[in-house]
Amino acid sequence: MAGAHGQTQRRKTSTHESFLRHGGFLFARLSLALCAGAIAVYAYAAFHDRLPQGGGTTLGYTLGALGAILIVWLALLGVRKRAVSDGHYSLKAWVSAHVYLGLSLIVIATLHTGFKFGLNVHTLAYGLMLLVIASGAVGVWAYATLPRALSNNRGDTTRKQMLGEIHDLDEQLLEAAQPLSRPNAEIVRLSLEGTDIGGGFWRRLFGAYGDCANDHAIALVGPALQVASGREATALRKVDQLLRDKAKALGKARRQMHITALLEAWLFVHVPATFALLAALLVHIVSVFLYW
Amino acid sequence: MSEVFRIAIVGSGPSGLSAAAHAAATGVSHILLEKTGHLSDTIFRYQKGKHVMATPSLLVLRSDCAFSAGRREAVLQQWDADAKAAGVNVRYNAEAKAITGAKGDFSIALTNGQVVRCETVVLAVGTQGNPNLMRCDGADLPHVQYQLDDPAEYIDEHIFVLGGGDAGIENALGLAADQAQANVVTLVNRSADFARAKEANVKALMTARDTGRITVLSETTPSLVEPGWITVETPQGVARHKCDRIIARMGSSPPRKFVEAAGVAFTSDAASAFPALSPTFETTTPGVYVIGALAGYPLIKHCMNQGHDVVEYIRGATDLKPADEPILEAKLAGLPGKMSVSEWLEFLRSRVEILYGLSPLQMREFLLDSEVKAFHAGETIFERNGVGSSLFGIAQGSVLVEVDPKNPAITVPIPAGSIFGEVGLISGRRRGATVRAGDNCIAIEIPRTAALKLMAQVPQARETVNRITTERQILQIFKSGLTPADLAEVLPLAQTVEVKAGQPIMTEGDEGDDLFIIRSGSMIVEKQVGGKNVFLSYVPAGSYSGEMALLDGGRRTATVKAAIRSQVVRLPGAPFRRLLAKKPELLKRMREEVASRRKVNAFVEEQKDNFGGVVDMYSSVASFLIDQGIGEATDVLLIDESLCVGCDNCEKACADSHEGLSRLNREAGKTYAQIHVPTSCRHCEHPYCMTDCPPNAIQRGPDGEVFISDACIGCGNCQRNCPYDVIQMDKPPPEKPPLWRWMLFGMGPGPGEPDKAWREKQPKSKVEKGKVAIKCDMCIGKAGGPACVRACPTGAAIRVSPEEFLSVALLDRG
Ligand SMILES: Cc1cc2nc3c(=O)[nH]c(=O)nc-3n(C[C@H](O)[C@H](O)[C@H](O)COP(=O)(O)OP(=O)(O)OC[C@H]3O[C@@H](n4cnc5c(N)ncnc54)[C@H](O)[C@@H]3O)c2cc1C
Ligand code: HEM
Ligand code: SF4
Ligand code: SF4
Ligand code: SF4
Repeated sequence: MAGAHGQTQRRKTSTHESFLRHGGFLFARLSLALCAGAIAVYAYAAFHDRLPQGGGTTLGYTLGALGAILIVWLALLGVRKRAVSDGHYSLKAWVSAHVYLGLSLIVIATLHTGFKFGLNVHTLAYGLMLLVIASGAVGVWAYATLPRALSNNRGDTTRKQMLGEIHDLDEQLLEAAQPLSRPNAEIVRLSLEGTDIGGGFWRRLFGAYGDCANDHAIALVGPALQVASGREATALRKVDQLLRDKAKALGKARRQMHITALLEAWLFVHVPATFALLAALLVHIVSVFLYW
Repeated sequence: MSEVFRIAIVGSGPSGLSAAAHAAATGVSHILLEKTGHLSDTIFRYQKGKHVMATPSLLVLRSDCAFSAGRREAVLQQWDADAKAAGVNVRYNAEAKAITGAKGDFSIALTNGQVVRCETVVLAVGTQGNPNLMRCDGADLPHVQYQLDDPAEYIDEHIFVLGGGDAGIENALGLAADQAQANVVTLVNRSADFARAKEANVKALMTARDTGRITVLSETTPSLVEPGWITVETPQGVARHKCDRIIARMGSSPPRKFVEAAGVAFTSDAASAFPALSPTFETTTPGVYVIGALAGYPLIKHCMNQGHDVVEYIRGATDLKPADEPILEAKLAGLPGKMSVSEWLEFLRSRVEILYGLSPLQMREFLLDSEVKAFHAGETIFERNGVGSSLFGIAQGSVLVEVDPKNPAITVPIPAGSIFGEVGLISGRRRGATVRAGDNCIAIEIPRTAALKLMAQVPQARETVNRITTERQILQIFKSGLTPADLAEVLPLAQTVEVKAGQPIMTEGDEGDDLFIIRSGSMIVEKQVGGKNVFLSYVPAGSYSGEMALLDGGRRTATVKAAIRSQVVRLPGAPFRRLLAKKPELLKRMREEVASRRKVNAFVEEQKDNFGGVVDMYSSVASFLIDQGIGEATDVLLIDESLCVGCDNCEKACADSHEGLSRLNREAGKTYAQIHVPTSCRHCEHPYCMTDCPPNAIQRGPDGEVFISDACIGCGNCQRNCPYDVIQMDKPPPEKPPLWRWMLFGMGPGPGEPDKAWREKQPKSKVEKGKVAIKCDMCIGKAGGPACVRACPTGAAIRVSPEEFLSVALLDRG
């Protein structure tokens, strides 16, 4: 308590720098150097030995081993992200390295193939790797562009509040529907029971809410208002307003889910393809050692 | 003539009850007066099923009533049984109103008109006080109540809640929460806004109002209560409403007036002061004793022990060793010199200047909180930049302060009797210098809370600390080999000024050459550029302001105003300039400082000409952050929402590194220009949460973390006191299966805080644990630092201190 030991050696301050710029583009530069080095050695070897440097050569083995290690390490990001240990690590640095070193695989693995492709497990592994990388690139694009939209849409409201607001409006609708005649009450019921706030993944991803029950209800209130009078009309006008408020609240919540889905969608390719890649890679390596 | 009791005990909380039980057990004629219809009202009013804790665990219980940790209901039941078994003579619904007479013959007048006569009085009324009552006609009708135990109890009623504080708002929200109860709830607030309530509560209330669940009447006062009706005066006129129940939550008044009326003196005027007591708990009125929370001992075990002891003292015991004696003995065991506990107490009290005004009893309590340490010559006591907010008093020997970080040989001595470490106490910031023992010395280390309590209770201690701190702070800020003698002319003219948030200490364009030292709080510097207020810089506690006009003459070049409530020391310009003339080194130092501040100003102004939008942005982000209370933070979590992908990995990491509960609510909180201030502890310079923690469980760690220790008894005071709503009361969920099992086999709830459903499905553990206060501890003790920051994949989550963040670096964001 006396602070007799002074300040501890903990890392406390954090730099305000995105994962892409981490450490002044440290990993981007590292990755570029790696690619340039690999190309230079390859070009030298190819020129010297006058053959394409496929997997079977020393250089090919080296590049293959490097690539395999990289792929396994890249896949371990999934573990690093979830295993919260006490020591010093920064997931941001990991992601930064992941992105740039992951991209370097395009060069390293391609050189490793010696530009020999065919209809076999080896090329399958290569193709899967490119798929993972491509989806990763989409992910980086999403991470770099969507957060602002996400933030602007929600302002100071939380997801819970957004849903709470819709819930509150539903309760008010229920109350406002009490004085209504049977057919008009059905309109409110349509909104209350038929509205699907989020829906499945694809709906969220494409923001496809064209058939929203609440919108139908709004469309029906208009004509009903024309023929209503007295108490019924007053109540309907209130319902109309509430339905419109609900449409606004729904719009906000759905936009939030839409952007969130966009931020996640690529992972549904990236991660399964990673597993497929790891399997293909294993088969590739085992078969190479067994049959070559 | 009615019976004259040997002892009348007022209040049947743990202290009063224990006193009565001991009186009964020893056959002393007594009466226990209790205001309510049951024993121990404070504990009776805890939330249903609350786990009552029995700390400090080292302390032995000395009472005729049993007490161990357990549910509120079990504790109360036990005491009811104990009171009966001991044959306690208790009178319920007997609220003492006034105490008259003198030792041997007191009369206690009760509010019901009865009078109780006794030889001695033991006041054990606690600190809860009485709720402020409704004053209008009909306020005594039975449907007016001052407490709400269970909002679920009332169905289909028209209920009026009076009072716009947190208690009133929380009650109103609770009553309206479940629509199925169909209550019609109205909240009546005397003023126009809800300045006293927490923002989150006000927000929830406004939502409830907008959705029609609660009616809010502002600037309204009740004027008449009738069965089934209430009449209120609103700005629009008088209105009469249907009303089945009134819940009045208009605050409470402390019992001090009642106690003072009996002739009992308090130690000072401060709101936190306690009655002045002798070692036997006797007040300044002979024959009147005070024990329990009112005596300054808020823990139940202490209260009960005192109940026992006070009866012993009244029966004439003189050699009774207080129950805390073994604790103190253990505390003092390793020290040189073979002295008894009471000799040690006297030794410290008579040698350390700030302790002179303490009574032996206060000294005892004080030592329970503090540590006595011996240092051998040359040993380091604390280091520069270390974090620690305790105060040291030197009882023997002397210490040396290393004033020059580059050369530890340059030191300033502090003699026996004086104090050191006081800067951390005032500002809660890091230690400004390394201090080592000059020769073998013995010092008492007083934790910040205990020191503040001391200053509140003993005016003499407060003055001493203030005098020394001002002098030291000035010496420390200006360094340059200044000695106390150099300040002889300046110091007597120094003035300590309290400034409210937003209030300027100097205004651009004004005359003036006084120098200001920011003692606590912080300042922001603003300048008019192109007709707009532009934020220039942030000045934390421990720096100075106003040096430009002092050195160069002329008018003030910028406005300096308080970011939060602050305390500054004003040093008049003329004598200070004379000091500068004598100390060329100091002058040089200040000139350098002025030059660097000028540079910042020039830089900002230059940017303004080039691309105005950037400076506007910088200014407005800075003022947004100040509005969010960043000015009193030492370390705050910010989220750059232009990078945040909403993965919530920060919350998950927080939960997984803290027993499964996240102490951070990422989404909640305000956002401006993509800078988001989530709901998470800011590790305030002066933590409000610390102010009223019975077991003193909230402390500051070595890196400035404000954390809650295992001593927490779950009273919820800190949750109410924190203005930023970052403390939750909860109990840790059951342990999850390890991560690999989840990854491979999908076992358990996965990373992050487990959901309710999973929590409930787990087998209950045998030992029942109570809810305790939970908040961010900045991952104290974890080598890697805060997990939220480490776990953020994009770099959106950052932890910053205001002085780093509110600097020109912000300009880069453009
Ligand atoms: C929510 C909460 C949780 C807590 N949890 C714990 C815990 O877990 N463990 C722990 O050790 N401490 C806990 N505390 C602290 C502890 O409850 C109190 O400090 C303790 O009860 C004080 O005891 P007391 O005997 O001094 O006074 P009180 O318990 O306050 O009792 C005073 C009694 O005097 C009566 N009274 C008042 N005025 C008059 C009058 N004029 N005439 C007659 N009677 C009067 C009152 O009705 C009351 O019954 C908690 C406090 C709170 C608020
Ligand atoms: C063969 C190469 C790669 C493999 C095996 C791989 C594998 C993975 C895995 C397993 C994850 C963890 C997903 C999760 O658990 O949420 C991940 C995340 C990610 N990957 Fe890749 N990846 C590869 C290449 C790339 C490339 C080239 C990029 C970018 C261009 C990229 C961008 C990302 C990003 C942005 C994340 C998200 C990080 C986060 O939100 O935590 N990946 N990758
Ligand atoms: S809990 Fe609240 S009052 Fe205490 S340090 Fe944190 S933010 Fe400040
Ligand atoms: S930490 Fe909070 S809840 Fe726990 S005892 Fe202290 S004030 Fe009460
Ligand atoms: S971990 Fe980072 S990106 Fe994810 S929610 Fe938290 S702040 Fe946003």
